[in-house]
Amino acid sequence: MALHLTDEDARRLDGGDGPAIRLAMRVVVRLAEALGAEELLDISAAHVDSCMYHGRAPLEFAERLAADGATVVVPTTLNASSLDLLHPDLYRGDPEEGLLARRLMDAYVGMGCRPTWTCAPYQLEERPAFGEQIAWAESNAIAFANSVLGARTDRYGDFVDICAAVTGRAPAAGLHLDENRLATIVFRLGELTPELYTSSLLPQVLGTLVGSVVGNRVPVIDGVPDPPGEDWLKALGSAAASAGSVGMFHVVGATPEAPTLEVALGGRQPDEVVVVRSDDLRRTRDLLTTAVGSDLATVSLGTPHYSVAEIGRFVEALAGRNVHPAVDVYISTGRGVLDEVEDRGWAEGLRSAGVTIVTDTCTYVTPILRETSRPAMTDSAKWAYYAPGNLGVDVVLASTRECVESAVAGKVVLDDAIWTEGHFDG
Amino acid sequence: MAEPPQVQVAGPSSGPVEGVVLHLDEPLSFWGGFDSASGEIIDRHHPQLGRSVAGRVLVMRTGRGSSSGSSVLLEAVRCGTAPAAIVMVEADAIVALGAIVADEFYGVALPVVLVSEAELAGLCTGIRVGIDRDGTVRTINAD
Repeated sequence: MALHLTDEDARRLDGGDGPAIRLAMRVVVRLAEALGAEELLDISAAHVDSCMYHGRAPLEFAERLAADGATVVVPTTLNASSLDLLHPDLYRGDPEEGLLARRLMDAYVGMGCRPTWTCAPYQLEERPAFGEQIAWAESNAIAFANSVLGARTDRYGDFVDICAAVTGRAPAAGLHLDENRLATIVFRLGELTPELYTSSLLPQVLGTLVGSVVGNRVPVIDGVPDPPGEDWLKALGSAAASAGSVGMFHVVGATPEAPTLEVALGGRQPDEVVVVRSDDLRRTRDLLTTAVGSDLATVSLGTPHYSVAEIGRFVEALAGRNVHPAVDVYISTGRGVLDEVEDRGWAEGLRSAGVTIVTDTCTYVTPILRETSRPAMTDSAKWAYYAPGNLGVDVVLASTRECVESAVAGKVVLDDAIWTEGHFDG
Repeated sequence: MAEPPQVQVAGPSSGPVEGVVLHLDEPLSFWGGFDSASGEIIDRHHPQLGRSVAGRVLVMRTGRGSSSGSSVLLEAVRCGTAPAAIVMVEADAIVALGAIVADEFYGVALPVVLVSEAELAGLCTGIRVGIDRDGTVRTINAD
């Protein structure tokens, strides 16, 4: 069945509201056709990922829209960019490229987007409500919005984010629709050590494993003992979305569309049931670790941007100690979270302990790391997956606690007891 | 909702696109997995790390990963390092958007088409194929 457009859609597609709306409508309509949508729907918010600099072509696109007078018609937040505007000295990249990245950011602010500069827009005060139709890009934010907030966005890429924001329209397809939000594959957690259950590493490696198996199917995870909090769910979704093309997941008893396994599956039998064992998770951790030995130059945390609670856990784990002078420790976060952390007095303490706080961007998307020829450690599966390709750095994936202990010790220190209770075989 | 059409993004009206297949054993995220300056796969975990996708008919089952993939694909079109065509089984908005904007903005037609699992399996690296405007993928030369 062909795409049905309203008279208003058709008028704007024909240029009735000027060239910017025409271009934006053409992108929305062509995507709707590609996804097999039968109509467009109204969206009430957008999150734009296109503000991260990837070259002149996307910049030309943004500047064309802005020059033609495009303005967002729904509240629109901006993703992490390629520059830290609060700490500009951290940027070690090509100055000319830095200017182009700044032009891109300015173009999106000029179209009325809020300069939130975070990949975790769900940590902002105003966030979409359950059932709200939105257009979000940024793979981890998409997974969180659908899964944890119960808002509805498809797995959007760049360009359509701003095009939806300036037209207020999006394809009625994919995860916007009830029938595509049901799980078709079950992951059941097997017996794990109590240490692994409470480790920050669990959602990171579980998400990676889930993402690599499901492709673009919607998974449901069963057997998570205590209802996990938002940071746990963020980690799971972020890892799954970088290992596959996951736009939505359910965790039984924790996410709003999965009060029970049956509800998450829509009363149907799953296509597949995967039992996840400790060894599978450990293997996944090992696959994401490319460095060998204990040499350590960098610890990078906060991908996606750390929440206030995550920074609080880092402060607690650091317990008043300083990081080793030979290790650079970076925490990436949103400027909104930094404000809160400053108010609590934690930011000053972190800085004097030797931690560098990065806002508005992330350490794997732009040249910030001082040292990339020696290994880096991270508590983020997404960072571990992308940083070796982006930065050429070797990486060790570990729990937040292991990262803190390693940062203090000045070398990689892993706690293998989380994998096999009471016996050390590492 | 209807099934996504076989032709996700149409090729040029001037005629079929031809190229040599690069069949990826795992999906690729264009952002973080591919360098638009060189056209090479840079994902350290990817089985085809180091291979160039420039000018190839890129065959992969699904999309993967970052939303920024659309921007990187568009930049690759500008730099001349993009694939000649992309063939997948599952529709993927991130991949489609790079090609849609390449057409809308630069008038460059980079066809994105869907095939069945069986057809995908037959598109082995090294064979030369033609992609018609109706989405048909034809083997030209199996050497």
